[in-house]
Amino acid sequence: MATSLRDVIRETINTHLDAGYLVLGQCLTAVGWVANTLPQRSKDMVELPCSDVAGAGFAVGVALAGRRPIYVIRYQGFNWFNAALIVNYAAKSKALWGRPCPLLIRSIAMEGGIGPVAGSSHHSLYYRMPGVKILSPMTPLEYRAAYKEFMDGDDVVYLSEHRKAYDNEHELPALRPKCPEVVLFPISVTRFAAVQAARQLAELDSSRQIAVHHIATLKPFTPTLEMLLDLRTAGAGIVLDDDYPDGVAKCIAHDLIQASGVPDVAVMGLENRTAGFSAQVDNLPPTPEQILQFIESMI
Amino acid sequence: MNDLRLRRIFERAALCRAFENECFRRIKSGAIKIPTYLSAGQEYIPATLSVCLEEWGIKDLQIFIQHRGHSQYLCFGGDMDALVLELLGDARGCAGGMGGSASIQSVQANIFGHDGLMGTQVPIAVGACYANRKPTICFMGDAAAEEDYVLAAFGWAATKRLPILFVVEDNDLAILTEKQVRRSWNIAKVVGAFGIEAHDIEDDPTRIERALCDVAAVKELALPVMLNVHTTRLFWHAGAGQDDGLKFDRHRSLAQHVGYHAAHINQAARDKVKEVWQRHCGT
Repeated sequence: MATSLRDVIRETINTHLDAGYLVLGQCLTAVGWVANTLPQRSKDMVELPCSDVAGAGFAVGVALAGRRPIYVIRYQGFNWFNAALIVNYAAKSKALWGRPCPLLIRSIAMEGGIGPVAGSSHHSLYYRMPGVKILSPMTPLEYRAAYKEFMDGDDVVYLSEHRKAYDNEHELPALRPKCPEVVLFPISVTRFAAVQAARQLAELDSSRQIAVHHIATLKPFTPTLEMLLDLRTAGAGIVLDDDYPDGVAKCIAHDLIQASGVPDVAVMGLENRTAGFSAQVDNLPPTPEQILQFIESMI
Repeated sequence: MNDLRLRRIFERAALCRAFENECFRRIKSGAIKIPTYLSAGQEYIPATLSVCLEEWGIKDLQIFIQHRGHSQYLCFGGDMDALVLELLGDARGCAGGMGGSASIQSVQANIFGHDGLMGTQVPIAVGACYANRKPTICFMGDAAAEEDYVLAAFGWAATKRLPILFVVEDNDLAILTEKQVRRSWNIAKVVGAFGIEAHDIEDDPTRIERALCDVAAVKELALPVMLNVHTTRLFWHAGAGQDDGLKFDRHRSLAQHVGYHAAHINQAARDKVKEVWQRHCGT
């Protein structure tokens, strides 16, 4: 039986608890065990009070004490409270005091009808600060690699998860046609939309091709040779994100422009407005259709 | 309090006072160029706590401090040379020359530094204490105690019955804004409402010792306890200067009680501090 991302996360947490490390968060053991990504071990989970700023501080303290906490933040928007102590203490501890503060943040995004704070990814909040690695694993293997990276090192690692990826059982390899007219660099849940957009375009017109290079490591971001080759071949690229474009997406676009010498790298993300709860006022990540429209307008 | 203990406390406080006075002089002269938060006037809180806990055999402490922490650092075993170097911005300093006065630490003495956001040491101390159950002391000022996340941290420490001693060095001032302008409530009563044994006392060593003795748990640091200790900041919030008005000076007052030896103790402290500074500055 295939293993989904959800299964891998649950197994990972189980292993973490077995090793004597801690998992902390709010409302972990109640409804749904965080979309069934936690093993049902209520006694081993540290249920925190609903004090987001202090809760992040507790997690930082646990990390200082060497218990390698996994800190679960059920909605990425709650990082507006949580980020303060993580980026200002945990992320700086090694540089300031030579004291590593290894902390893994499981920061979970979801979309659709969830309003102005709880929807979408907010990894750009952390992006501007030093001392944090930001990964966005959307596949089983990527998640295992991300956890290994955390356990092998002593850094603060922010995992930008997305609930829509939890059922995913497949890896997402790069799509590298010979003559792409544009290269997509999708992040988080937009990776699925990017693959779909590439398929839809090929179905509409088999002579037209899109390359897709998935970005699972947001920070530090290093463009691969393949990314740069395809970008130079195509002469145009689009960074896709599930966050507002004035953040990670534009930074990565800048890095790609600098590294490739190709000036035409655009960004697509949430619209630059707040989301509402109703469908007509929601603010969702780019759909395959919107991506294709954007490509047409670009070309 | 027995005379021997009081004398030990006086000696420790004298060293802190001599250190801060020397810092004051070197800020004025321009040798110290970074923002420096002097703790002169407040030294009897860490001096009394450190001596009492030492004598009661409480070991393996972990200590969390904030800015204005020079006396806490020195009383709980921080190395003076490393502190001097830190104030000089030297990479051999206790925070690698990065932390300055506000973010000092000592790995050897298990003193954790502060990041600069007021009161963050409180939830962090609570988290560390939860993780390893080591006896923990967390210092803060009366302004930091007003931070919302500090109050939440008191609550969780109470819920989890953690072995942590919260110490509020209450000098009544947030920079220069008095407590009565900032709030209508009393921190000891608020913390008491969380179910934590809380005391509101003066920084007289006898009062601090008595408060500790009143809480039987403190001798083992088995439960959360909070001391709000009223004290006096003698110098400016930052830098070398004195606010207007006469201020009560605990050290001067206790010198009379210690009597004949006080002058010798103060002189020995000054000599020691001077020697350390000279080792690193040449003058």
